[in-house]
Parts: sequence; structure tokens; C-alpha cells
Amino acid sequence: MEQPKEKLKLGVYWAASCGGCDISMLEIGEKILTVDSLADIVLWPCIADFKYKDVKAYPDKYIDVMFFNGAIRNSEAEEIAHLLREKSKILIAYGSCSYEGGIPALANFYSKQEIFDRAYHESQSTVNPDRIEPKTKHTENGYELYLPEFWETVRKLSDIVDVDYFIPGCPPAENTTWSAIEAIVSGQLPPVGSIIGAGNKSVCDECPRERKETKIKRFKRPHEYVAPDPEQCLLEQGIICLGPATRSGCEARCINSGMPCRGCYGPCADVYDQGAKMISAIGSVLESEDGEEIQRVIDEIMDPAGLFYRFSMSHSYLLRRRLVGAKEEMK
Amino acid sequence: MADITTAEKSPAKLTKEVVRFEPRIIGFLCWWCSYAASDMAGTSRLKYPPNVSIIRVMCSSRVDPAFVMRAFAEGADGVLIAGCHLGECHYVSGNYKTAARISLLKKTLAQFGFEDDRIRLEWISAGEIRKFSKVITDMTEKVRNLGPLNWRENFEPK
Repeated sequence: MEQPKEKLKLGVYWAASCGGCDISMLEIGEKILTVDSLADIVLWPCIADFKYKDVKAYPDKYIDVMFFNGAIRNSEAEEIAHLLREKSKILIAYGSCSYEGGIPALANFYSKQEIFDRAYHESQSTVNPDRIEPKTKHTENGYELYLPEFWETVRKLSDIVDVDYFIPGCPPAENTTWSAIEAIVSGQLPPVGSIIGAGNKSVCDECPRERKETKIKRFKRPHEYVAPDPEQCLLEQGIICLGPATRSGCEARCINSGMPCRGCYGPCADVYDQGAKMISAIGSVLESEDGEEIQRVIDEIMDPAGLFYRFSMSHSYLLRRRLVGAKEEMK
Repeated sequence: MADITTAEKSPAKLTKEVVRFEPRIIGFLCWWCSYAASDMAGTSRLKYPPNVSIIRVMCSSRVDPAFVMRAFAEGADGVLIAGCHLGECHYVSGNYKTAARISLLKKTLAQFGFEDDRIRLEWISAGEIRKFSKVITDMTEKVRNLGPLNWRENFEPK
């Protein structure tokens, strides 16, 4: 790879994320040495101690490329998202959480109070007789202490600031990360707002399994997958696989290991709501012409919302569970 | 969307006496059966509430679940999908796919906190104009009783 005249300034930040995206950067193996020779790291809280005041002291547009992973869950993540937008030339939403909400956005099926009740009162390992809950402000010996405000709804990064590029995946596969880095370093970037590193078709396009037009009798739950046929489409074997509704780019690695696709690469090109497309796909593959049988097969699908929106709650039309009115019925 | 709001939704009209809530319902009707039924109900001067904004689709299986979700997200209080009876689809098997999709969609929407009556799937053939008028009247009343959905209030402002 050709050496740019000046070293790039690279930043990586995490918001509501598990840290897997930070680790996935190292999955590119010895190529990390190439990245090191091309770029200086100016912010990466996972691997080195950087303070927010250091970042605030950088001039505007100081950071060339900023990889932002994690969803926006609280006011701290929002503040840093605005700060990093100011300080970065290219802001990239890296990984499912910042691109489409990811696993943290499954919390959108609950309200803030329900989450607090579970975490601070109900969980079996919690002893909290005084019913203490985190507050955003506390005064101790004349000192004022602050905590970020916990939001009701988890949002994706592009809801908060303008994002230049998106890299999907939970975490992004190493070929996705590497082709995105290559595009950045070579300067051959697509129009702003594009997905980089991943494909434009569905996972089915990369999947080596074969469709045999078999009629689906019932859908199995994860503990019932006993040695699926290694050649045949998993969906046809009654295993719910999100391949038809998911963007390609991962080389169908879960499916090749015998596990169904869970949809971490998000919706395909020109689609907004991945879960809706999966519901549509399930309707198409059933191949049944018996109303009662259709109803029986559909009734056996457990937790469809959690299954179809596992990674894309913040990238859906409905965004969260209803807060007003329906609370009592949910219990 | 046709403006069918009354005092509940448009503050400008609140100066008048309080009028009952008029729900906004989006109706996706298939071209071959249900839309023909709505057409004939019109020419037969059959009465039914004006709350359903009809969108004609070639087949009920053309209704992507995303259309329904987007309708709710953008202010609909109810969505009706109507097509040919099972076994009578102009495209042979389209409505079987609709049956599976809408049934799964209802299950998914229940997890999002939707009441079951807000989304309705009906099979209405071209001649069943009384059924058409009955379905629209019944659904309008049921959604009226449920009250406004106002989906965006769930997350705006943050």
C-alpha cells in the first residue's frame, strides 16, 4: 500500500458497546502493523488512557478518521458524539451498535423504569433495601458529582450527528474492516452516507447452501437444531435464518459453521427496516396452501420481535416498544 | 394522507365543542377483490365511515410489513389489509403469503405494545359489498374505542 505523505490521525471511541468492536480491529492480524505505520492513534479509550479534556483541546477537524462504536444510550455518549463530530474529518459508525442500535437497543423493548427495577431491585444478586437508584446529580461534602442521564430509548449514532460512513457487523468481520481501511487509506471512498467494507446483496447471495423448495412443516427453536443437513438451506430445514434480509459481506461465516444468520450486518441496500423484510421473507418461504397449517407454523415462532430486530431496533420504523397506554397490558 | 382529522388531532379546531376522536385508518385493498368491493359499495350508495384512506395494491401480498409499520410510525391509528378469499387469489398463491405475513406481523406488533384490533386482515370478494361496509364500520368503532396511537410520542422528544 502506498504511503501517504503525512501520517493519518486515527481515533476509536466506544459508547454503549461491549468492547468487541475494539478487539475486532486486531482481527486483521499482522496488517495492524501496516495500519500502525500509516496512522497515529489520537484517541482509543480501550487500549490507552485518553482524557476527554485532551480531545476537547484538539483543533477542529484534527482527527482524520474516527471509528465510533456503540449505540447512544445516555447523555455522555451524546455529548462525545457531538464533540467527535466537531473534531473529526471522517466519522465512521463502526459495528452494528452505532450503525443500527445492536444488542443494547434490545432494551427498547422495555422502559427506563423497568430496566432500573430489574438492575437495581429485582435481580437475584442485588441487595438494595434502601431502594437506591443512580441520580444524575449528588452533593457530597460540598462537592457536586454528576452522572450521565440514562435515556428511555437507545438511538443509533446517525440519529445524533451526521455520519460519513457505516461499517456493519457484530463485530465487523476482518475482511470488512480491512477493505474499509484500504478504502480510507487509498482515498477511494464512495459518496458520504455509504456502507463501506460490506456487500450490497443479501447473505443468501454468499451462502453455499442449496435451496430445494422443501415445504416447511415447523420452525425449530435453537435447542432443537440437531445436526442440520450441511448442504441444504437452513430456513428450509425449519431453522430461522435471517440471511434473506441481511446485508452480505461476512462470507456467511455463521451459516458455514452450522448456525443460522442472526442479521448483524443490518438491512440490505435500499431497505430501512430489516425485521419487516424478514417477516415478509418468512411469509414467502412457507410454501403452504392451507390456512390452518400456516397459522400453526407461525404460532410456533417464539419472540419474533426479538429475533428479527436482534441488531436493528434503532434502525426500524417503530424504534421501541410503546410507552404510553399499553404498559398495563404488557405485564 | 387525506385530511380527515377533527378536534382530537388538530389544535386549531379545539375552540369548537369537543368532537369524538376520528381514527385514521389506512386500508390496503387488493385490486381484484377488495378494491372492486369498495368500488361497488360506492356505486351502490352503501354507507360506511370515511375514516379509512384506501391504497390500492395489485395483490394483498404486495403489502410489505414495512408499509404497515411505517403507516403506524407516521400517524395511522389502524391498518386494514384486505384481499381475495384463500384459494381465489388472482395470482394463485399471493394471499397465502399475506396470511402468513400478517399473522407473524400481528405477533411481532403485540411485542411492540400494539392492541390486536389496530391491525386487521380480511378476505373480501368483489361481490361482498355488505361485508366491506361492515368491516370498515366495525374496525373504525374498535379503533375509536382504543383511542389515538400517536406513535411518535413514544420517542419524541428523547
